[in-house]
Amino acid sequence: MPIDMKQFHAVFFEESQEHLEEMEQLLLDLDIVNPDAEMLNSIFRAAHSIKGGSGIFGFDALASVTHVMESLLDKIRQGKMMITAEMVDLFLSSVDQLKEILRCYRTNETLDWTQVQGLTKRLELVTAGTVPFTIPATSVVVDEDAFGFFNDEESAKEEEHGFFDEPVPEESFGFFDEIPDPVSAPIAIAKSASTEAYGFFENFTPAETLATSSPAITPFAVSVSNIKDKVAATAKIKNSEPIHVESSSIRVDVVKVDQLINLVGEIVITQSMLSLLGKSLEGTLGEKFQAVANELERNTREIQEAVMSIRMLPVSFVFNRFPRVVRDLATKLGKQIDLIIEGGETELDKGLTEKLVDPLTHLVRNSIDHGIESAAVRIEHGKNPMGTVVLRAAQQGGNIVISISDDGGGLNRERILEKARENNIPIGENPKDEDIWQLIFAPGFSTAAAVTDVSGRGVGMDVVKRNVQSLGGRIDIESRAGQGATFTIHLPLTLAIVDGMCVSVGEQTFIVPLVNIVESMQPASKDIKTLAGDDQLLHVRNEYWPILPLYKVMQVEPKFTDVSKGIAVLVETNKYRFALFVDGLVGQQQVVIKSLEQHYKRVQGVAGATIMGDGSVALIVDVESLALTVNNIMQLATAV
Amino acid sequence: MTADAQEFLTFTLGNEHYALDILTVKEIRGYDSVTKIANAPPFIKGVINLRGDIVPIVDLRIKFNIGNVTYDEFTIVIVLHIRNRIVGIVVDGVSDVVSLTRDQLCPPPDFGVAFNSRYLLGLATVNEQMIILVDINELISSEEMGLFESAIESGG
Repeated sequence: MPIDMKQFHAVFFEESQEHLEEMEQLLLDLDIVNPDAEMLNSIFRAAHSIKGGSGIFGFDALASVTHVMESLLDKIRQGKMMITAEMVDLFLSSVDQLKEILRCYRTNETLDWTQVQGLTKRLELVTAGTVPFTIPATSVVVDEDAFGFFNDEESAKEEEHGFFDEPVPEESFGFFDEIPDPVSAPIAIAKSASTEAYGFFENFTPAETLATSSPAITPFAVSVSNIKDKVAATAKIKNSEPIHVESSSIRVDVVKVDQLINLVGEIVITQSMLSLLGKSLEGTLGEKFQAVANELERNTREIQEAVMSIRMLPVSFVFNRFPRVVRDLATKLGKQIDLIIEGGETELDKGLTEKLVDPLTHLVRNSIDHGIESAAVRIEHGKNPMGTVVLRAAQQGGNIVISISDDGGGLNRERILEKARENNIPIGENPKDEDIWQLIFAPGFSTAAAVTDVSGRGVGMDVVKRNVQSLGGRIDIESRAGQGATFTIHLPLTLAIVDGMCVSVGEQTFIVPLVNIVESMQPASKDIKTLAGDDQLLHVRNEYWPILPLYKVMQVEPKFTDVSKGIAVLVETNKYRFALFVDGLVGQQQVVIKSLEQHYKRVQGVAGATIMGDGSVALIVDVESLALTVNNIMQLATAV
Repeated sequence: MTADAQEFLTFTLGNEHYALDILTVKEIRGYDSVTKIANAPPFIKGVINLRGDIVPIVDLRIKFNIGNVTYDEFTIVIVLHIRNRIVGIVVDGVSDVVSLTRDQLCPPPDFGVAFNSRYLLGLATVNEQMIILVDINELISSEEMGLFESAIESGG
């Protein structure tokens, strides 16, 4: 019976993609002066795995490119050839091309064989060592490269515009066109009028030419056939060797995981209904039932936690793409930038990690483009010519905090104010720094125009802010003139579950997220002060908290309207604090957040809904947006 | 039954008989307790849990000011599937499923019924009874209902 090889293709594509990403990562980490043997081996293994797989499935283009790469890598690995920065560049562009080839195979698009052959030839030339890295040789290389990329743009318009994996292509071009590259400026200006892709590429070429014109490395003259034999030999050895890193993960469709999460949510609900029913049982049977129900509760909770953790991914999944982005952009802009990544192991919901890519990319690019000054300016200011960008992730309580810091010039207060006036954005007298920084998130407010002399196109920071907000997060800016800026993104740990306190108001139950709760108390009537109108304040340990009756906001009929009869839940957000007046506390519970917007719409003061043990719907209170409704009371409070 | 015949679910609001495209109907259920939503118009009764989905419930009797607004074990909710959303409507009763062809329809009157003629497909007579055909997709997603407003916003 013939085996349909197609069924294995998807797995091969996934794996190859991973190998390519691994290769890219390793190449970027590689210390050229003193390359780590194990890293070289890993790169070799990655190339080899792709070659093996593509051979089996008949993906010839992949096989031929990886084959030559492997040859060259083998030479380097065996110390017969010294690795150079040019080689790393060549490998990186090969990785890019391999990704493209992989994509073509995946989508059944026609391959551009001339590109593949061009790349293979270049790799072969370098491998053979017969062509040393001299200027004429490089110019050949560069020509083909440029041609390849140019073709790329022409044939696959829908693809991102090349190198940077840009989420917002038109803007990225804004970047490059506007920034005069100190190295390639003359040519870039001459050519950028033709096509964007072409201009972009020309930008890059001279840089490479200059770089490679440095004294060449003495090549080893080893004939090609020899190497092939060697590679074949090593390949055999490799096959018989045990694999060093045993893969202990399995690939599962996200839809299946989500389905599982939903089902577990339903189980949790059924379980609570069951224990609710059990409470009405009496006698020994009731006791026994209760014991079993408790057991079940513990188990379901554990299942729920385990299932939720499936969705968690280390944030390094997002961070790992940045070394490449930074490297390429730094080369392009002629800046020296050191990227430091911290806390990559912090875990985050998969849904969040995916949606973080765009805003983070934007912020990182922003820091490099507008934040970090050019080396000359930095030296002038007595700074290290090498700029530093720090990407940091950490868990703080129920939040994930991701920050992007640079040691550049910081935001320019005056320019932002000027721009705000131009755009007729109302500003108060003597605004605080934080307020000014928030202005750059206004739609159409170009950071470029505001912060550097380069004119921007006005797309950008507002989108970043919107993206972050849609994830239930917020973004803060800290900046010091001449010392740099830090953008901090606060995100919820996961989108799906919240630890909450169930409170009752009249017939309804509401959930107050536990993260916001400071404490709950039954207030004594002597501690309740009434202000002009109906506003009331609660006196707790020498502090006055404005009281917000939940029944008023949610428009339900309460059991008590007298604050001293009910319960005051003291809540705080990062900006506001107040006392939420409710009828009573029901209990603490982990609830699954259900979207209210899916079938209805967003409701002020409500973060979502959840299904309670008895199958009824309870609304989850959004303390942050409630705070806005009490804002006027707050001002009264601060006046006290 | 001719080829272009369509099936409609008929329901009553007060003394009037209405019908809606049966393909939009997800299920018919009894009225259960709802969770109130703040700042919603009175005809939006609140939300219910429909097997894990949070679904809004609209009382058409309040919206169009017809029929007796009482809630008991006989109160009917028609759960509809409209533009990828689920909405429940409260009506006085569900009567029948009828099959109608285009030539059985008369154009809707400009006035005289509770619904704006914009939301009507036409009138038909079945068993000597006048049935008003409601364009339920149009009605539920209308701005007037305020159910889909955010969808339009976020879609744009």
